[in-house]
Amino acid sequence: MNTPDPRRPYVRPMAGWWRRNPFFVEYMVHEATAFFVAAYALVLLVGLLRLAQGEVAWNGWQEALRSPWSVAFHGVLLAAMCYHSWTWFRIMPKTMPPLAVRGKRVAPGVITACGVAAAVVCSLVALVLAWGATR
Amino acid sequence: MAETSGNGKVIRVEVLRYRPEQDEEPFLQGYDVPFTDDMSVLQGLQYIKDWLDGTLSFRWSCRMAICGSCGMMIDGEPRLACKTFLRDFPAGTVRVEALAHFPIERDLVIRMDDFLAKLERIKPYIIPKEERTLAQGEYLQTPAQLDVYEQFSSCINCLLCYAACPQYGLNPDFVGPGIMALLHRYNADSRDGAAVERMEIAGSEAGVFNCTAVGYCSEVCPKHVDPANAVNQNKTRAAGDYFLRLVRPKGGAK
Repeated sequence: MNTPDPRRPYVRPMAGWWRRNPFFVEYMVHEATAFFVAAYALVLLVGLLRLAQGEVAWNGWQEALRSPWSVAFHGVLLAAMCYHSWTWFRIMPKTMPPLAVRGKRVAPGVITACGVAAAVVCSLVALVLAWGATR
Repeated sequence: MAETSGNGKVIRVEVLRYRPEQDEEPFLQGYDVPFTDDMSVLQGLQYIKDWLDGTLSFRWSCRMAICGSCGMMIDGEPRLACKTFLRDFPAGTVRVEALAHFPIERDLVIRMDDFLAKLERIKPYIIPKEERTLAQGEYLQTPAQLDVYEQFSSCINCLLCYAACPQYGLNPDFVGPGIMALLHRYNADSRDGAAVERMEIAGSEAGVFNCTAVGYCSEVCPKHVDPANAVNQNKTRAAGDYFLRLVRPKGGAK
């Protein structure tokens, strides 16, 4: 490095930074929900793999999904994914160029609400379609 | 003076001290400060300096949240000391430390060389799109064109957003929220023509993609600049420049 600075500036360590402020703790929690999204993608991928392996494998996979442990696990996944979506749309207004409707700026809360509404509508449509296809 | 301040109320102010000529590392020193309900944390520090310990160092100037000098960590949050009041700490104690993520020069004074060097690099002034002579008159702008950048022009360089940004703390090369807000303020100005030059910094290794959208910078900003928005708008633009360069070989990204 360079010659030591005679002013001896003190650089504070960053270790454990995310525990210093409740805002950072919440940030780490909502970022961690991405692991739950990945976990569900894995569940679906395994299903696809079992489907390719034939009827017995496919039926076995479906049977496994019906076990109480699996149902509980999916409950946890659903909760984590809802929280993930909410935090995603909460930050959305900060990530967009200003949006104007009839010459007036759209408020951040309205953008978040529209995002959440779109997610709810899409989820319901997917649910109804899947319901119809499996009956 | 000392006798007139205070109406029986006393607050314990814990200050993070660091005197480079004698201390190996910072330490907390407590002072009992008599106060009235209209006293800011800055006034508390001034009381300490005037009456209890003249060796305490801190920066301040305007006392009204416009100069951006008195940013510090107050009970762990980046705040302006002049805009935070002693009455709002009912527990009777408040901890005051130098702004996080910056090297401590002395006590509550941080070293801002890094910020100033970055500020200079983004050319924080209008570089006219077209030169006009005085005879040609002023550069006109509509209210709608003003609205696009006005909030970003409210930045007072107080550095609270840097103290709120863990990515800057982890990697001080990151351009950071405040500089990106100022960069965007000039790029988004209809009179300016130097956006391509500035986008080289936004799109660089140290640029916008260091941001992981923590968003705390915008929460702590005392001027509602929303630096997180400036950073994220420029992620889109930097990505656009990167891909456009493939079809139009003189884009800003390198």
